[in-house]
Amino acid sequence: MNELKRITIISGHYGSGKTNFAVNLAFNLKKDYDKVAVADLDIVNPYFRTKDSIEDFNSRNIRLISSEYAGSNVDIPALPQEMYAITDDKSYQMIVDVGGDDRGALALGRLTPKILEENDYDMLLVVNCYRPLTPDVNSTIEVAKEIETACKIKFTGVINNSNLGELTTGEDVLTSLSYAEEIAKALNVKVKYTTVKQSLYGELKDKIKNLYPMTLQKKI
Amino acid sequence: MANKVLMKGNEAIAEAAIKAGCMHYFGYPITPQTEIAAYMAKKMPKIGGTFLQAESEIAAINMVYGVSAAGYRVMTSSSSPGISLKSEGLSYLAGADLPAVVINVQRGGPGLGGIQPSQSDYFQATRGGGHGDFHMIVLAPGSVQEMASLTVKGFELADKYRMTSMILADGTMGQMMEPVELDFEVAPAPNKPWATNGTKMQRKHNIVNSLSLIPEELEKFNFARYERYKQIEETEAMWEEYKVDDAEIIVTAYGIASRVTKNAVDEARKKGIKVGLIRPITVWPFPKKAYEKIVGKAKHIVCVELSMGQMIEDVKLSVECKVPVTLCNRAGGMIPSTEQVLAEIEKYAKGE
Repeated sequence: MNELKRITIISGHYGSGKTNFAVNLAFNLKKDYDKVAVADLDIVNPYFRTKDSIEDFNSRNIRLISSEYAGSNVDIPALPQEMYAITDDKSYQMIVDVGGDDRGALALGRLTPKILEENDYDMLLVVNCYRPLTPDVNSTIEVAKEIETACKIKFTGVINNSNLGELTTGEDVLTSLSYAEEIAKALNVKVKYTTVKQSLYGELKDKIKNLYPMTLQKKI
Repeated sequence: MANKVLMKGNEAIAEAAIKAGCMHYFGYPITPQTEIAAYMAKKMPKIGGTFLQAESEIAAINMVYGVSAAGYRVMTSSSSPGISLKSEGLSYLAGADLPAVVINVQRGGPGLGGIQPSQSDYFQATRGGGHGDFHMIVLAPGSVQEMASLTVKGFELADKYRMTSMILADGTMGQMMEPVELDFEVAPAPNKPWATNGTKMQRKHNIVNSLSLIPEELEKFNFARYERYKQIEETEAMWEEYKVDDAEIIVTAYGIASRVTKNAVDEARKKGIKVGLIRPITVWPFPKKAYEKIVGKAKHIVCVELSMGQMIEDVKLSVECKVPVTLCNRAGGMIPSTEQVLAEIEKYAKGE
C-alpha cells in the first residue's frame, strides 16, 4: 500500500467485478487515509452500482461521487456533476470506478489530460477468466486495448478477480493465476492483487502472493 | 467447477439460445435486458449468425416472423413496454402457427414505469399476449442456470408445438450473476415441411399466413390449436416442490419471488412451522396438479409476487377456492423481503 498513487482507476471487461473491487478497496484505504472518495463513472450499467453501497460509505465517512440518477428509474448515461473533483480536489485518495468495456472507458477520457498531467495514478485492469466473453488471454487483452484506446490511458497493473461467485473453490483461483500473469506480461505490467472471498483467504494465503480478501457487496 | 462460467442471467439466455441453434436474433435495446442484445452483437458476427438491431420492437418481432417462416430457430427479447409493442406480432405468430422464442425481462409498470424488477406482466404473458384466442408456453426461470436451460427448453417446445415460447424473467434475474453450466444436450430442430424455404421445383408452395378469409375455416384452426393446448396442459407443466409433504402452510412464488420465499421457508422451518414452497416453472401451462394435491392437507396458501396479485388468480382456480389464498407482495420495482414473507407465514401458522 505504501507506493499507492493518489488516483486508482479501476477498469475492465463488463461484469469483471470492478465495482465490488472498488468498494472493498475503498473500505481498506479508509483505514490508512483520512480522506477517501469513490467516483462512480459507470454510464453502461444502470442496475448494480457503487451507489448501492451508499450506507456503507456514509457510515465509514467515505465520499461518494455519483450521478444523482444512479439507482433510480432514470435510465440515462449520466455522469456525476462533481466528477471534476477527481482531478481538482487533490486532498482525496480517489478511486475511480469506470463502466465496463471501451464504451464505459470513454467517459473517463474527458479527465485524461489532467490525470496524465498530475501523473499520480494507477490504472488497474480487473480480469475474470470465468466470464464468458473473456475466457482466455487474447480475448481479455483485446478488451484491454479497446479500453486504453477509448480513454487514452495505459494500464499500470492487473487485478486478478477470477471467480465463480459463491461457488468459487481454491482450485478455481489457483487455475486462474497463469491467465492473469500472461495478461500482465503482455501489457508489460504486474499482477497487483489476486482477489478471493474471505472464506478462501486462509487456504490460499501461503500459495498466492498479493492475495486480497474481499466481501461480496451484492447478494440476492 | 470445470466447465462453469460466471454469467449474468441475460448473458446466459443469449449463450443458451446460440447453443440451441438460434443463429438469428432481432431486438431493440431496453433496460434491464440490454445485455442480451449486447451479447448477441458481440457473438453473432463471429459465428456467422445474424444480429440486427431493428428500428423498433415492432419491426424486430416481424423479422422473427419472417425467419421463423423460413424454418430457422429465431429469438427476440425485450422488457415490459417493449413486449406490449410486440403483442401484435405475437398474435400473428400464433395465427400462423410459427415457433419462436421471446424473452421478457420484466420491469415495473404500467406505462414506461421504471427499470427495476417486476412480475406484473403475468396476465399479459399467460393470457396469450395479444389479440385473439391463443396461448404462449411461458417459462419462469428461478436461477441463472434456469435462464439458460429454460431457453433451450423454450426452443424445443416452440418447435414441437409450433408456437411461441416466452421466457418470463425479471430485472433481477437478468442482471444477477451466478455460475452456469452450459454443456447441455440440445435436441436438433425437427424437420419443418411447412417452411417457406424454396420449393426447388419439387413440391407445392408453402404458405405461411395468419389471415383466414373463410370464418368456418378460421374456427377450425382455433379448435385444432386448442386441442394442442390441451395436450400441452396435460404433459408440459413443470414445477418444483420444496418441503411440501407435511406442510400446513403453502407459500407459492415463481422467479425472483421464489428465491426470497425459499429463504423464508427455511427460516420458518427453523421455528418449527410446517411450511413448504410450490414454485411454478411453467406458468402457462399452469401446474394445477401441484395445487390440487394439497387440497385437504394445507390450511392456507400465501402467494408471493412482485405485482398487485396476478398469479394468485391461477392459484385460486387450481384449488377451486377450497383453500384460502392470500397475497404477499411488493410492486413498482420493489422486491418483498424474506422478513416480510416470514411474517406472513407466521401470521397464518398462528391461525390468525
